[in-house]
Amino acid sequence: MNRYIPFVSEILDIIKHTEIEYTFRMAYDGEVSPGQFFEVSIPKFGEAPISVSGIGPGYIDLTIRKVGKVTNEIFEHYIGQNLKLRGPYGNGFYLEEFQNKELFIIAGGTGLSPVKGVVDYFAQNPDQAKSIKLIVGFRGPDDILFKKDMESWAKTVDVTLTLDNDPTGQYKTGFVTQYIPNLEFKNKDEVATIVVGPPMMMKFAIGELLKLGLKEEQIWMSYERRMCCGLGKCGHCRINDEYVCLSGPVYNYVDAKNLVD
Amino acid sequence: MGFILNMEQMDTFLDSLKEKYLIFAPKRFINGGNFSDTDCIRYDLINTADEIEFDEKSKYSFKEAIMPISQTLFYFTESITTTPEMSNKKILIFLRNCDLHAVDSLDKIYLVNGFPDHYYKKLRNATEFVVMGCDKPFENCFCVSMDTNKSEDYSLSIDKDIDKYKITSKEDSFTKVFQDMKVEESDVKPKFVLSNDITVNIPTDLDNTVSKSKMWDEYDTRCIACGRCNFVCPTCTCFTMQDIFYSENGKVGERRRIWASCMVDGYTNIAGGHQFRVNKGQRMRFKIMHKVLNFRKTFGKNMCVGCGRCDDSCPEYISFSNAINKLDSAMKEVATHE
Repeated sequence: MNRYIPFVSEILDIIKHTEIEYTFRMAYDGEVSPGQFFEVSIPKFGEAPISVSGIGPGYIDLTIRKVGKVTNEIFEHYIGQNLKLRGPYGNGFYLEEFQNKELFIIAGGTGLSPVKGVVDYFAQNPDQAKSIKLIVGFRGPDDILFKKDMESWAKTVDVTLTLDNDPTGQYKTGFVTQYIPNLEFKNKDEVATIVVGPPMMMKFAIGELLKLGLKEEQIWMSYERRMCCGLGKCGHCRINDEYVCLSGPVYNYVDAKNLVD
Repeated sequence: MGFILNMEQMDTFLDSLKEKYLIFAPKRFINGGNFSDTDCIRYDLINTADEIEFDEKSKYSFKEAIMPISQTLFYFTESITTTPEMSNKKILIFLRNCDLHAVDSLDKIYLVNGFPDHYYKKLRNATEFVVMGCDKPFENCFCVSMDTNKSEDYSLSIDKDIDKYKITSKEDSFTKVFQDMKVEESDVKPKFVLSNDITVNIPTDLDNTVSKSKMWDEYDTRCIACGRCNFVCPTCTCFTMQDIFYSENGKVGERRRIWASCMVDGYTNIAGGHQFRVNKGQRMRFKIMHKVLNFRKTFGKNMCVGCGRCDDSCPEYISFSNAINKLDSAMKEVATHE
């Protein structure tokens, strides 16, 4: 089987979050887990690895930031047109790891995309977790993603939205890491955390979580790396002996702490 | 079974294969080197035995025969993609003992890691190997330390002795050709080296904490990130995707994969501009640790085969074997800091 050949997928809907960040709802029937990714493949322009930000009947959501050659071209596409995809690739989040846990999710910016499927799942099935808290940070009011989703999550999820800078004065401000020391656990042994965001944000967020006395195995994270194939061949995503496209992008901190880029 | 062929017989043998095989061997390109009046020895299709370069190490490895520098994955026209037709010919590659061990390293990435690669598998399954013995070690070689000075998994071995070719055959179809040609049968022992001028020591306690050592700092300034070491290496497998389209019709084009280098700028860049290894010393560490540790952790054998081509080609005279030999003290240095 030739895994380099992409398949055609129709754009079912486009949800605009910011000027440069849209969610493309793509037709897809098949197995997929939150945290996995697809290579969006536009012949003539190239491919870009994009994590699955939502899963529903007959579709997947891909939240894409317009920052390069391939993604610029993706933004030239409209509802009813087709994109080409390869995937899904990677391990994704295993939802069983978070069932019956006090779940804390800390996300920075587009880092919310790979973990959003987990939030969606537990927001819809709140009885499957002991509690769910999301701390999410963006740069400013114009950078907020998934506003509507956050409103609907708020029914079952304790959402803290914070911005680096907020000239409007409507939102909480400060980095996500500031909100970690005040987290309260009912039973520390039943806590599970997921941290996804820029490398520096993840480093400091994990530091704060460990300070609260959480064990390393209670922390999960997802990595973003350059990937040309998604198949363990091209080499760009490798860290130590791990191919992020195969054994990641989701890692437990017990393993992730030893990864040296 | 051993045979001794003269030049004429050797050419007859090669001629008999040409219908079925593409024959790749190291070939001398006169004045093809990087400097004036220097030659380049690299792989190419050969027609006659005297084109095969036996006396010097090839600057580039055999790998381009089964892992092309630029390989078209598919052609695209609007919504239609078609995969390129691949030759049905078999491939015969003349290479050194260390290189045959390198084939195993390539196989590990392309056939074992994740799913087998469609394109590599097709070429690899069609390939047979002729091992060219070494009667003396070449400059910068350290195959004995890497345990790659001898190999078994070949169809033919060949040693050139002035105007004779001494051959052993493990492949019945080749043996039959020699017997039909009535060439002289003899007890032939393939040559291989038992020692190199350079030896390397990979510390048994080596782990990735060595990345914190100061040993990498010197490469920050010495290395110019040209990537030659990767391109001459018989075990480097990385590639980058490249889409091109034809100027006559912009909707028609092809997607290729082209060799990539972990030493060259841009290798780790992700959308938005972040890159993970900015310093060249850390790129050097990434490469070396893959070759002598991280690959082994997954596949049980070292990736590096000790051919020394990286040292031969480095414009800054950086030595891979010297770097390996610094790992022991680097591990001690890191241990004292922790």
